[in-house]
Amino acid sequence: MDNLLSIVTFIPALAALILLVFLRGDDEDANRNAKWVAMFATSATFLVSLFILAGFDPQDTGMQFVEEREWLLGLQYKMGVDGISVLFVMLTTFMMPLVIAASWDVKLRVKEYMIAFLLLETLMLGVFMALDLVLFYLFFEAGLIPMFLIIGIWGGANRIYASFKFFLYTFLGSVLMLVAMVGMFADAGTTDIEALLRHEFAFADFSVLGIQVVGGMQTLMFLAFFASFAVKMPMWPVHTWLPDAHVQAPTAGSVVLAAILLKLGGYGFIRFSLPMFPVAAEIWSPMILWLSAIAIVYTSLVALVQEDMKKLIAYSSVAHMGFVTMGIFAANQQGVDGAIFQMISHGFISGALFLCVGVIYDRMHTREIDAYGGLVNRMPAYAMIFMLFTMANVGLPGTSGFVGEFLTLMAVFQVNTWVAVVATTGVIFSAAYALWLYRRVVMGDLIKESLKSITDMSPRERWIFAPLVAMTLLLGVYPALVLDVTGPSVAALVSNYDTALAAAEAASQLASN
Amino acid sequence: METIILFAPLIGALICGFGWKIIGETAACWVATSLLFLSAVLSWTVFVHFDGTTEQIQILRFIESGSLSTDWAIRLDRLTAIMLIVITTVSSLVHLYSFGYMDHDPQWKEGESYKPRFFAYLSFFTFAMLMLVTADNLVQMFFGWEGVGVASYLLIGFYYRKPSANAAAIKAFVVNRVGDFGFALGIFALFFLTDSINFDDIFAAAPELAETQLSFLWTEWNAANLVAFLLFIGAMGKSAQLFLHTWLPDAMEGPTPVSALIHAATMVTAGVFLVCRMSPIMEFAPEAMAFVTVLGAATAFFAATVGLVQTDIKRVIAYSTCSQLGYMFVAAGVGAYPVAMFHLLTHAFFKAMLFLGAGSVIHAMHHEQDMMNYGGLRKKIPYTFYAMLIGTLAITGVGIPLTGWIGFAGFASKDAVIESAYAAGPGGFAFWALVIAALFTSFYSWRLMFLTFWGTPRGDKHTHEHAHESPTVMLIPLGVLAVGSVFAGAIWYSSFFGKQNEVIKFFGGHYEAPSEELKAAVAERSPKASELKYVMADAPGEAGIYIKPENTVLHEAHYVPTWVKLSPFVAMLLGLAVAFWFYIVNPEMPKRLAENQRPLYLFLKNKWYFDELYDYVFVRPAKWIGSFFWKRGDGDVIDGSLNGVAMGIIPFFTRLAGRAQSGYIFTYAFAMVIGIAVLITWMTLSGGAN
Repeated sequence: MDNLLSIVTFIPALAALILLVFLRGDDEDANRNAKWVAMFATSATFLVSLFILAGFDPQDTGMQFVEEREWLLGLQYKMGVDGISVLFVMLTTFMMPLVIAASWDVKLRVKEYMIAFLLLETLMLGVFMALDLVLFYLFFEAGLIPMFLIIGIWGGANRIYASFKFFLYTFLGSVLMLVAMVGMFADAGTTDIEALLRHEFAFADFSVLGIQVVGGMQTLMFLAFFASFAVKMPMWPVHTWLPDAHVQAPTAGSVVLAAILLKLGGYGFIRFSLPMFPVAAEIWSPMILWLSAIAIVYTSLVALVQEDMKKLIAYSSVAHMGFVTMGIFAANQQGVDGAIFQMISHGFISGALFLCVGVIYDRMHTREIDAYGGLVNRMPAYAMIFMLFTMANVGLPGTSGFVGEFLTLMAVFQVNTWVAVVATTGVIFSAAYALWLYRRVVMGDLIKESLKSITDMSPRERWIFAPLVAMTLLLGVYPALVLDVTGPSVAALVSNYDTALAAAEAASQLASN
Repeated sequence: METIILFAPLIGALICGFGWKIIGETAACWVATSLLFLSAVLSWTVFVHFDGTTEQIQILRFIESGSLSTDWAIRLDRLTAIMLIVITTVSSLVHLYSFGYMDHDPQWKEGESYKPRFFAYLSFFTFAMLMLVTADNLVQMFFGWEGVGVASYLLIGFYYRKPSANAAAIKAFVVNRVGDFGFALGIFALFFLTDSINFDDIFAAAPELAETQLSFLWTEWNAANLVAFLLFIGAMGKSAQLFLHTWLPDAMEGPTPVSALIHAATMVTAGVFLVCRMSPIMEFAPEAMAFVTVLGAATAFFAATVGLVQTDIKRVIAYSTCSQLGYMFVAAGVGAYPVAMFHLLTHAFFKAMLFLGAGSVIHAMHHEQDMMNYGGLRKKIPYTFYAMLIGTLAITGVGIPLTGWIGFAGFASKDAVIESAYAAGPGGFAFWALVIAALFTSFYSWRLMFLTFWGTPRGDKHTHEHAHESPTVMLIPLGVLAVGSVFAGAIWYSSFFGKQNEVIKFFGGHYEAPSEELKAAVAERSPKASELKYVMADAPGEAGIYIKPENTVLHEAHYVPTWVKLSPFVAMLLGLAVAFWFYIVNPEMPKRLAENQRPLYLFLKNKWYFDELYDYVFVRPAKWIGSFFWKRGDGDVIDGSLNGVAMGIIPFFTRLAGRAQSGYIFTYAFAMVIGIAVLITWMTLSGGAN
């Protein structure tokens, strides 16, 4: 199959189209059909995507399964995966059936809800596979729309505010990226990402309005991309949209947001910022490392005092993304490997944590930590699963949460010990806020009258968690499953980066002599 | 066989934790217990038949990234073998004991199942601890290190309805994480320096590290010293050394068998094990080692002073543990690693027994833990009394002075520690701190005995009348540990603290004759010492431990002045005498003293106010800063000003959306989004056209 990637990408969109055209009515049956169509489509997507993984050759550091076609208006449609992107594709297809299963009790506009999620899946998959700038940008930006709708329509009380905040933050960041893309096309004469990766962008200093721009064009483009990806990550200090978005989003929306959408930024950094603008990345990496370290400490401390469960986990997500940016801009093998690992692992863990909140939110309709306490007395299975993911969130060795943190910290230690020390304090804070949350919600005696009749997880809920538990432990014990796939591509990326820097160094020496 | 030792407890934990609903509670607990006994038997086989050569067994690949390559693997050398028998023996006995102790626990309601969970946690802990000691690289060790931390967290918080237990569990985990922060940095530094975190590679690189400078934070450091220091911070957390000790007394919230296993015999000794395991690096890090010694001595002294005035029987023993761990660190710090391991071994026996004995007392007294409500229990619970008596004789170090080894287990090992401390720094701080601590140890240990077993019954009369001896399953472990507490010192004296060549051989090393200069230097330093005949011939990492040829503490410790050898014995007698006077002859005395010296009494009673200090310095500011960042940072500064533009736009759109009838937001949003898409396409295309 030479169009496997397109098939995987567009199965959900096709299902969305079917729902849109053929599904009529708003009764019980129609809702059930909508759910089953979505379930079927996402599961099929996952199964077909397994062929990608099976046919993927980790040793080949180039793009694989490449599809290239003419598209409208002279643009090209080009898709492909390499060791860096293939696992994000798998993460997306893996998570979506779980997300649909977690939405089984949605009552409002079920058809539209499912369409939104199906479209979102197509767009997210497209981002990870697109090998053309325009295509990438379309997927990247269009992904905002379904998410915006998911928050804005199926969200909580303050959903309008949250959805607009989400939209504007991410959109404003992206406008700059668009400008840079236009510039890149002007410079390189192509929008082909593979060609752009080989293109050397100018890095000679110049001055604009009397301001000396060190790193020249590369710096300008780097910063433009940075604006977009940093908001997506999100990095401190442009992270404030995330807690609001999470709090207002429905459970399934939060899961997608945390598990997959947050990874777009990190993927972008690895795909564009590091290899295309190495000189600028080198210049700006100290700043980014510090922003990451600050993010880890700052948001961990903020997480400590949250009263809303989802907000707490959202802040904890920001802290964990801090490890990702730190790893990427340490720009060595352990760093980038660790960053990818951390993103994959965070997909499972934060997804599971938001599902954990969803489980009790569905029962009590509140996310206030103070409204709970002593759940272990009536919900032992829930207590155990929540404990596992709390520990995974804390980065306990043996769970996948550990490997990414360990590798990124180890990587940054080689670059900047100050940042390493500050960031490593994150392991203390994360233990404090995560365990304290667990204590307040799950531990203690069950005193509150309202909780006296709460029920433990249903079989459906348990089955949703089962794959996440399995992946968290499996990757924690045998991380080679991920590292074997990413390793060679990352090695190539890092060595190209170092070569480019060395060449730039030599060139500037030559120029100064 | 090693693989079975390692995984039997894990399998037990899984079967017990998840399978008890199928096979029944009692069967589940027996499965876990018998698998541990299997581990224990195999461990003893391994220990006895161990021939000294380091063995490595690969199990599975672990983290591999670029030049970093680690495996799940077992490293079996003498150090591991010692830990294997300590862990599996105490753990299997504690499992057995728990059948009695955890039966009809009043913390639980009728019909609640808690025993399988308890046994599963205990077995899981044992597995993690075994992973720690069998690790062949630092990251696997870190796995075990954090794994025991989680098990400890789960077991301290086992009575999850008690707020105090939950608080203590979190405190234990978080304080340990402070230590892990240092440990992790140590690992990163080692990887940075040697490009590997496998023991073989880093030990081989140890001599180079001593010559290497590493810039860390604001300045240049000697690499070996820095690494040793960072790793030791991890050890401080796990082994509850001064400044990071606050979690250990609170950990007594857990059920007593847990205190015996985790917070006395095994987990808390992991720090000592780490320092001994890292001996090839420690040997090249003199400044870090000096720090280890001073901190160990300070802890031994500090914890002993606090132990003097506590009234909760478990807390007394907890502080005693803290103090004894200090002894071990002094031994390791002065370079007498075998002596540290010796004390670790004997301490595991007598301290586990003291805790299990205390558990037996608590069991008999219906879960009363305040010694002020005990008294006169000697006749009521005779077996427990004799066990506790043996434990006390062992911890206070009763034996025949100057023979070295004829005495209870603690006599041989504690005297060895004190003599090593003197040999390394004659008349120094460490030596005196340890001797004074020995006096205090004797006092609080006998105080515990006198308050519990002698005198007249105090407290609730009904409880005293119904005090009963514990069931056999609880007494058997006491008996086995009693045997260990009596004989462990004498049996292994020569292996751990005998002649230089015997000790080196025991730890799997080879010996050779020392250089003439070294001989002369030792002869000059300790004229009383006989001629130095042997030093270690192995390179760092080839044997279980590494002792530099220049490190002759183990040799010289045998030739310290006679008064030094007598000093712990005298301190022990003095402590006993004072305790006897205070609690048998003149029971009014302690109260009077407490009133006379009220500030001092309160200072000790409140554990030198460490908890209060930390609360003011760390806990409250953390919360305050968190709130500040959240409300002011995120709320006012970032949302308020940095993105004022966005904030101006949002209300505008919100109004717009509000004006549109509810339900039509969908349409509006779509219109807007399509507009954006058109815009993008146009911009891209026009960009392309140029």
